[in-house]
Amino acid sequence: MLKESTRKETDAVFSEVVPAGEYWTKIVRKGETLRITDVEGNQSADTIFVNPNDIEERYNANNTLREQGNVYISTGTAIRSNNNNVMMRVVADTCGRHDTLGSACSCESNTARYGLDKRYMHSCRDTFLKGILDWENGLDKRDQVCNINFFMNVPVNPDGGSNFADGVSGAGKYVELYAEMDTLVVVSNCPQLNNPCNAYNPTPLRMTVWGEED
Amino acid sequence: MNESRALYETIVPGGWNFSHIIRRGRTVRLTDVEGGANVAALFYNADNYTERYDMGDTLKIQHISSLFKNTCVYSDMGRILMSVTDETCGWHDVIGGVSNAKLIAGRFGEKTYQEAHNDFYRNGYDSLLVELAKYGMGRRDFTCTVDFFTKIAVDGEGNLSFVENHSPAGSYVDLRAEMDTLLVFDTGMHPMNPSKTYLRKPVKVTIFANDPVSADDPCRTFCPENERGFINTENYYI
Repeated sequence: MLKESTRKETDAVFSEVVPAGEYWTKIVRKGETLRITDVEGNQSADTIFVNPNDIEERYNANNTLREQGNVYISTGTAIRSNNNNVMMRVVADTCGRHDTLGSACSCESNTARYGLDKRYMHSCRDTFLKGILDWENGLDKRDQVCNINFFMNVPVNPDGGSNFADGVSGAGKYVELYAEMDTLVVVSNCPQLNNPCNAYNPTPLRMTVWGEED
Repeated sequence: MNESRALYETIVPGGWNFSHIIRRGRTVRLTDVEGGANVAALFYNADNYTERYDMGDTLKIQHISSLFKNTCVYSDMGRILMSVTDETCGWHDVIGGVSNAKLIAGRFGEKTYQEAHNDFYRNGYDSLLVELAKYGMGRRDFTCTVDFFTKIAVDGEGNLSFVENHSPAGSYVDLRAEMDTLLVFDTGMHPMNPSKTYLRKPVKVTIFANDPVSADDPCRTFCPENERGFINTENYYI
């Protein structure tokens, strides 16, 4: 569901641009709001959520989809953990639909998807691994769960098929996440060069945080 | 599947956790004995548990949103853990996940071991965590599940609904191990099953030796991506 935010950039406590192929990690504290902006359009923000106070608690796609009874992420989605707790809520969304069935690209899956010679191209899973290792709190490959791909459009067909389709996102579109608990947000700004959905041109994201509201 | 080639057979009662390493060259058949069963399954490389079923890779590599005959279960390393060489339901859910303690207590109340002995109410999440712990794994190793014998329909708007009577008695699914695979599952009711009562549906597990995978194997040729997935898997065992 499309919903614009009333938050003003000038009130934000944090703002940063993340180039394609880079990771971004930050603990968004309970009560804070994170906006992810698709600066130039049709980019994918591959995102994992971890409880920084109990790192075994993290995002779970099955719980998130089942509890909302819908296969797409949008305004109103409660982002749930393996323990089925609500970590964050989508409170604004000018894109309308985000994916959590496709998970992040990897060097290894690229070989099956695109060709055995596509192994040596930068990927989100390598970016995630660098990000969670650099966070230095004991996270490793096991923590790289199936994630949310903000701004990706993966229509699910009633016949059991699915496909990555051209984006419904565009320059300046954004999604806003309100933290219901302290949440370590790990984003990989997707470097995929084999998929036409981003016109083979990965572009920057902007991360903006607003403080706790009255 | 030739019944005479069965190497091992057991019945897992409804609502119970189970695990077994299915070696490459073996096929496990899961049979819904009474109809209406659910098998919430997790898959790991038996030699390296950090390599495990990846829901996203399984779906996007094969352009699917459920498992059915001739599709494969991919790990997060571009390899194929198991192939669905045969099945009778046409759709196995990858979206709904498992029940948890709060869900079961909220719908059916509590039934403790003290009061009911082995008829106590169990839930999918806790049962799978107990089974994973037997291999030194924990919550961080709990990923998304495949729910065999269950169909969660998705409409044009993305809305999910449980399909009743999807799996009649005798329904089965054959999973051929392409890698030595630690298969962990729970036979508890699907969390979206609207049943008014707590269900206990048994599942028969039969392990067979299978023939070598041929070049024209229907799982291998399901899509060009799977041909490459099989090559990646074969290379792992060189």
